[in-house]
Amino acid sequence: MNGKTKKKGISDKLWLLLSFCAALAVWFLLSLGKRTGNSFPFVPVVIEGLQTMIERGAFWSDLTSSLTSIAAGFGLGFLTAVPVAFLMAWYMPVRKIIEPWINFIRNIPALAYAPLIVIAAGVGKPPQIILIWICTFMTMSITIFHGIRSIDNTLIKAAKVLGANDMDIFFRIILPATLPFVITAVRLGLSAGLTTLLAAESTGAQGGLGMRIRSLQTTFETGSMLAYIIIIGIIGLLLNLFVDIIERRLTSWQERREE
Amino acid sequence: MAGETRGVKLSIRNVVKEYKGEHGTTVALNGVNLDIMENEFICVVGPSGCGKSTLLNILAGLHEATSGECYLDGERIVGTDVRRGVVFQQYALFPWLTVLQNVMFGPEMRRMPKEQCKEIARKYIKLVGLEEFENSFPKELSGGMKQRVAIARAYANNPEVLLMDEPFGALDAQTRAQLQTELLKTWEGEKKTCFFITHDVDEAILLAQRVVIMSARPGRIKRIVDVDIPYPRDQGTKSDPRFMALKAEVWNEVYQEYLEVRK
Repeated sequence: MNGKTKKKGISDKLWLLLSFCAALAVWFLLSLGKRTGNSFPFVPVVIEGLQTMIERGAFWSDLTSSLTSIAAGFGLGFLTAVPVAFLMAWYMPVRKIIEPWINFIRNIPALAYAPLIVIAAGVGKPPQIILIWICTFMTMSITIFHGIRSIDNTLIKAAKVLGANDMDIFFRIILPATLPFVITAVRLGLSAGLTTLLAAESTGAQGGLGMRIRSLQTTFETGSMLAYIIIIGIIGLLLNLFVDIIERRLTSWQERREE
Repeated sequence: MAGETRGVKLSIRNVVKEYKGEHGTTVALNGVNLDIMENEFICVVGPSGCGKSTLLNILAGLHEATSGECYLDGERIVGTDVRRGVVFQQYALFPWLTVLQNVMFGPEMRRMPKEQCKEIARKYIKLVGLEEFENSFPKELSGGMKQRVAIARAYANNPEVLLMDEPFGALDAQTRAQLQTELLKTWEGEKKTCFFITHDVDEAILLAQRVVIMSARPGRIKRIVDVDIPYPRDQGTKSDPRFMALKAEVWNEVYQEYLEVRK
């Protein structure tokens, strides 16, 4: 496989660097425009904006507040999605009843029902966590469910004829066979958690990256806003990288399609 | 073979299998009767959809017959049993386990001590010539190697009967020839009762003592042909005049059934 990438001439890392430089160029061009320049000030202004937020004592508390909401919401989402996915795969009635709900709610933007959650759960942390929980749960339960359903039946047959009982089949076949889908679900769940952040922090939050972006809107501090937006993007990249590492560790046995 | 008395190992009695689908009931097997002797190598040939895989699945205990029953040593077959080992066409190796771990799986399921499982597994990995690959994952192996692992895995449980469902069907001609030769050698050595499904007439005659020809759907046994070519056999057997004659005979029967399906 190494030989193939070498033949192409340009390594992946170099491509990434080129992509990054191109993005900087586009950004720079945008910052030159009269109107676009107001929205997309270039790097120095953004760094300055970030410094301002650190000086105001907002940045670190916003960051930790958002990260705890995501961690708690995602954690609950994961802990509930796994058993629900297995129940759906195992018991037809559970699937027939729950799957349509998930498919229905999944397509509604979280921002739409955020106020309802606030009315029910009050302001502060709980509604934020609940919203992220709902969104991550939807994505992950469906992904894991489809994963369990797509397990190759011959593997189960092969295990049976080798003497495996139901417990063996669950722990030695179904669980490892589902693992790649669980990892994909985690990847999608983390992404869902991040994209729900703004909706979650629209619930009268006292701090947080999403809440701050909205409040900076009123004072037109685009440098700081852009800094926050980029931070959310970087968090996403880091989380993805983290999942990549786990994936390589746990599912290196998988056949991967050649790229 | 005169004078040799062999008991019936597997027996199939009036087996009927129907599938209920959206377009009514399909009869896959319509009253199949067959006795397979101890140490016998039987090949089943027939056009696709004649129910040969269904029959194997019933013998394995993976499917239930709609009516009729199967017996192993006179004992009715209900569910799967380690005494009946199965090799599937799609290899069915567990991709998250190494070659060694795959072959150990059966002994582990029988709750044997870990060291003993490893010992047994290594013995059969050696038999199929994959010692150097015991720590490889299935994705690192070629099709032929994968099927060798699957065969070793089936052997590791020391089954009394081997059920093989077109095991070499997905392999290229050379690999297939090589695995046929290896299987022949193994069978000639320990004479494990073998029920082997194939759609390749050459393969059936090369391997089997009796070739069972099945009719097009609904599947029934059309004819049983005795292959009176002595063992040991090898790929050279294919140029034996007796082989040619049998091949023409079996081929004709199967082809007629194929035309039946096309009607």
